[in-house]
Amino acid sequence: MVLSSLSPSASRAAPGRTRASRPGWASPMGVITLAMLGSLAVLAVAGALSWGRAADRPDPSAVLRGPTADHLLGTDHLGRDLLARLLSATWLSLLPAVAATLLGAAAGITLGALTAVVGGRARRLLGALINLLLAFPALLVAMFFAALFGAGAGGAVGALAVACAPGFARITQTLAAQVAGTDFMAAARVLGLRRHRLLLRHVLPHIAEPLMLSTTVAAGSALVALSGLSFLGLGVQPPSYDWGLLLSQGLDRVYTEPLPAVAPGIAIVYAAVAFQLLGEVLAGAAGRRTRPHPEEEPGARPARAGRPASADHVLEVEDLRVVLPTTDGVIRPVRGVTLALRRGEMVGLVGESGSGKSLTALALADLLPDGARATWATHRFLGADAESSSRKERRGRLATGMAMIFQNPASAFNPSLRIGTQMTEAVRAHRGTPRAEAVEQALVQLRRVALPGGRRLLRSRPFQLSGGQRQRVAIAAASMMRPDLVIADEPTTALDVTVQRQIMELLRRVRRDDATAILFISHDIALVADACDRVLVMYGGTVVENLPARELAVGARHPYTRMLVASVPDLAADRDRPLPTIEGGPPDPFGAAPGCAFHDRCPHRLDRCAVESPVLSPLGPGHEVACWGPLPSAPRPGRNETEEAEK
Amino acid sequence: MTTVSPRLGALARHHPWVVFCCRRAVRLTVSLCVVVTASFAMIRLVPGDPVRAALGVDAPPDLVAAKRRQLGLDHGLPEQYRQYLRQLAHGDLGVSLVTGEPVADLVRARLPATLLLAVLAFACVLVVALPGGLLAALWTRGGRRPRSELAFTATTAVLAGTPDFVLAAGLTAGLAVALRLFPVAGDIGPQSYVLPVLALAVAPTAVLLRIVRVETLKVLATDQLRAARAKRLPARTLWLRHVAPHTLTASLTLAGNLLPALIAGTVLVEKVFAWPGIGSAMAQSVAAQDYAVVEASVLVLGSAVLVVNFLVDLALALLDPRSVIRRT
Repeated sequence: MVLSSLSPSASRAAPGRTRASRPGWASPMGVITLAMLGSLAVLAVAGALSWGRAADRPDPSAVLRGPTADHLLGTDHLGRDLLARLLSATWLSLLPAVAATLLGAAAGITLGALTAVVGGRARRLLGALINLLLAFPALLVAMFFAALFGAGAGGAVGALAVACAPGFARITQTLAAQVAGTDFMAAARVLGLRRHRLLLRHVLPHIAEPLMLSTTVAAGSALVALSGLSFLGLGVQPPSYDWGLLLSQGLDRVYTEPLPAVAPGIAIVYAAVAFQLLGEVLAGAAGRRTRPHPEEEPGARPARAGRPASADHVLEVEDLRVVLPTTDGVIRPVRGVTLALRRGEMVGLVGESGSGKSLTALALADLLPDGARATWATHRFLGADAESSSRKERRGRLATGMAMIFQNPASAFNPSLRIGTQMTEAVRAHRGTPRAEAVEQALVQLRRVALPGGRRLLRSRPFQLSGGQRQRVAIAAASMMRPDLVIADEPTTALDVTVQRQIMELLRRVRRDDATAILFISHDIALVADACDRVLVMYGGTVVENLPARELAVGARHPYTRMLVASVPDLAADRDRPLPTIEGGPPDPFGAAPGCAFHDRCPHRLDRCAVESPVLSPLGPGHEVACWGPLPSAPRPGRNETEEAEK
Repeated sequence: MTTVSPRLGALARHHPWVVFCCRRAVRLTVSLCVVVTASFAMIRLVPGDPVRAALGVDAPPDLVAAKRRQLGLDHGLPEQYRQYLRQLAHGDLGVSLVTGEPVADLVRARLPATLLLAVLAFACVLVVALPGGLLAALWTRGGRRPRSELAFTATTAVLAGTPDFVLAAGLTAGLAVALRLFPVAGDIGPQSYVLPVLALAVAPTAVLLRIVRVETLKVLATDQLRAARAKRLPARTLWLRHVAPHTLTASLTLAGNLLPALIAGTVLVEKVFAWPGIGSAMAQSVAAQDYAVVEASVLVLGSAVLVVNFLVDLALALLDPRSVIRRT
C-alpha cells in the first residue's frame, strides 16, 4: 500500500464503505482504533524515555543473539536489545510521518484551494500542473527528492511532503470546485470579496471535514513510505534508527533469525492499520448523519380478510404495507393498499408524489429496493397465493405473467447491450425460445409499436434512440411475453405531450389485443381519467377511493379526489380566477398517528377523522371510498365537465 | 478540461478521437520532458560533490577532476543539458560513478526482469480482484450477511495497509526461510517469482477488491438493473450480462491507477529479494551514492510509469469511448 495510498486521492477511492461497515466511535471498531492509537501515543512518548538507554547500550558479550528470556527479540550486531530499540523507535517513526503529512497537506491544500478563487486561465494552468505531478507515483517522487535533499530524516520528511502534496492538491481542487459552483460563492463574488477572504472564509471551512479525513489516511501512508525510505537507506541514518531501518538491518540476517525482520514489520503494519482505521471511523462519523437507522419495525399484519379467489382477477392484493428504513427512522410509504385487477382491465393509480404509488408497484412486482419490506393480508397473482407457492414458482409466474414499464426510458435499458438482446433475453430465458424465433417475435412486436427499422433497430444500442422510441421499445419488450399484467409506472412522465399520446394509444392497444390487464400509475389525473376503466386514488400510502373513471369528474365522493379533480385546468376554466390548489402539505411519512391521513387538509373533516382511520368500504356499484363523511354526488349540471374530462 | 477556443470546441465535437489522442500525446511529451529534466538535474543538485562522494573521500584530486570531465560536469549548465539530451537520444545514459560501466548496459540487462515482475503482479491483481470483488458484492449486497461484510472489510483493510516491503520481509521469513517452500532471493526459475509477485500484488489486490465491490453495489442500485431484474433472468445471466460489464469499466479505470504505483513498488520489493531488476540496482546505487545509476533508474522508471499511464488511458478510451473522451 506504500505505493498507492501515498497520494490521498488513491486511498480515498479505496475504502469500500457501505452502510453496514460504517463505524462510529462507540462501535467495536471505534474502540479498537482508539486503543491502537492510544498505545502508539503512549509508546511514542514513553518509549524513548523508558527504553532509550537500554536500546543504546552495547553488550559485546551478546552480539547477534536470537530471542532469549533477556532479549525477547534478540540483539543486534553490537549486542543492543532489539525489543528496546523497536519500542524506543516509535516516536522517530511516527513524528516525521505526521510532520511530512502536515507539510504536504499545507502545500497541497493551498495549491488546490487556489484553483477555486483564481481566474480561468490560472485555474487551467494550476490544474494542468496538478495533473502533471500526479502522473508520477508518490513513492518514486519521494525517492527522487530524498536522494536530492540528501539522506537523513529531514530530507526524507521534505521529500515525502513534496510527494504527497499533489494528491492533496487534487482532492482540494475537486472539493473546492464543488464549493465554487454553489450559489453562496457566486453571491460572495458579486459582493466583491477579496480572493484570500473568499478562500479563508468561504472555501476552506466547507471542505475542512473531508480534508481532515484524507490527511489522516495520508499520515498512515506517509509512515509506511518513510519506513520504506529508511529501508532503502534514504531516510533516518544510523546511529539514529526507525522501524524501516530496523527492518532493513533485520533483513540482512533473515536467513538465520527471522524475528528481527518480522517484528519491525509488524510494528509498521500496526501503525499503518491504526491510521487507516482512524480514517474509516472518522468517515463513519461524518457519514452518520446520512445513515439510515437499521431499526426494524414489526410489520403490522392484520388478520386475513379471506376473500375467495376469483378466476376473473389477475391480481388481488389486500392490505399491502411497505416499510422502509431511512436516516431518521422507519417510514411507512404504503400503509394498507387493497386493489384488484380483472383480466384486460386498465386501472389507473393516481396520487401526488410521495403517496406511495411507485413503491406499491414495486412491492406488487417483488422488486422492492434492499431494506424495504412488504407485508400483506392477501397477495394473489394469477390465482395463486404468494404464501402457498415456493419462491421459485412465484418467480416463474411473475416472469411470464407480469411485465414492467418504467418512468425513465433513458435509464431502463442497459446502455452497453443491443436492443435486440434486451428485448429477447426474457423470452429466451423463460420460454426457451430459440434465438431466431425470438428475434422474429421481437420484429413483430416492434412493428406493432410502429417502430420502423426492424433488424437494424435490434442491432442498435439504447443511446442511439430517442426517449419516445425507447419507451416504445420498452412496451414492445414488455409485450414479448404476452403477460397477463403490465405495470406501467409513470411511463409518459419523462416524455413530451405528443409522444405521451402515442404511448397511451400503444398501451390501450396492448390491452385490447392481448387482454392484458394494465396498472397505469400516474400523477396526472386527467390522463388517467381519459385512458383507464377504473381509477384508484392514493393518499398517504392508502387507497382512499376506487371508482369508475367515467365518474371521476362528477361522481368522486372523497374530499381529496374532489380537490384533485378541481385542480385540473380545462378549457372552460375561468382564467381570471386562480386554479384551486390543495392547502397544506403531504402527510408525515413517519407518522403513525391515528385517524385519516388527509384530515388536517380536509375542509369537511369530522371529529372522528382525527382518531379513527376510515376503511375502504363500498358505496355503490364499483365504487369504494375510505371516508367517514363522503361528500354527496355533485349536482348534475357538472355533466358538461364530465364530457370535457372524457375527452 | 474546458475547451480553449470555439474552433477547438468544434474540432472536439467532430473528431473527438483526434483531439483526445493529441491531448494525451502532448501531456505525455510534457511529462517526459519533466522526467528527463529532473533526471538531468539530480546529479547537479545533490548537496556536496557527488563525484567525490562516490569515489570516496580519499580519492586523489586528479581522479575526481578526470571523472568530472568525463561526466561533463565542468561545462556550463546549458551546454551540459544539450550534451545530456544528445547522449540520451543515442541511448547513452552515462557511466556508473563507481564501476565505470555504461549505465545503459545495466538498464538493458535489468529492465526486463522488473517489467516481468510488475506485469505478473498486475495480472494477479486483476485475476483475483475482478471476480473476487464481484462475488463479495453478490454475497453482501443490501446488508446481507453483515458478518461476512465485516470480515471482508477488515481483511482487505489490513492487507491494503500492509506495505509491500514489509510483506516481502514476512514472506521471506515465513515461506522461504522457515518453511523452505520458495527460494529466498534471486531469479533461479519460475518458483522464485512466487514471493516477489505475491508481495507486490497483495496490497493492490485488496484495494481493488474493495473498489470492485463498491462499484458493483453502485451498479446494483441503478434503474437499469431494476429493469433487468424485472425480467427475472437467471442469476448467472443477470450478473454476467448486466452487472459485470459495468463494474469492469469503472474498476479498470481505478486499476489502471494502481499500476504506476506497482511499478514504483518494485524498487523496495526487489531489494528484499535481491531481484536482478532495475529497482534493486537503484537501491544499491542509492546506498553507494552512485548518482549516475540513480538518475538513470529514475528516468527509466518514471518514463515507464508515464508510458503505462498513456496506454491505460488509451485502453480505457477504447473500452468506454463515450465517458472517457468526453472528459478528455
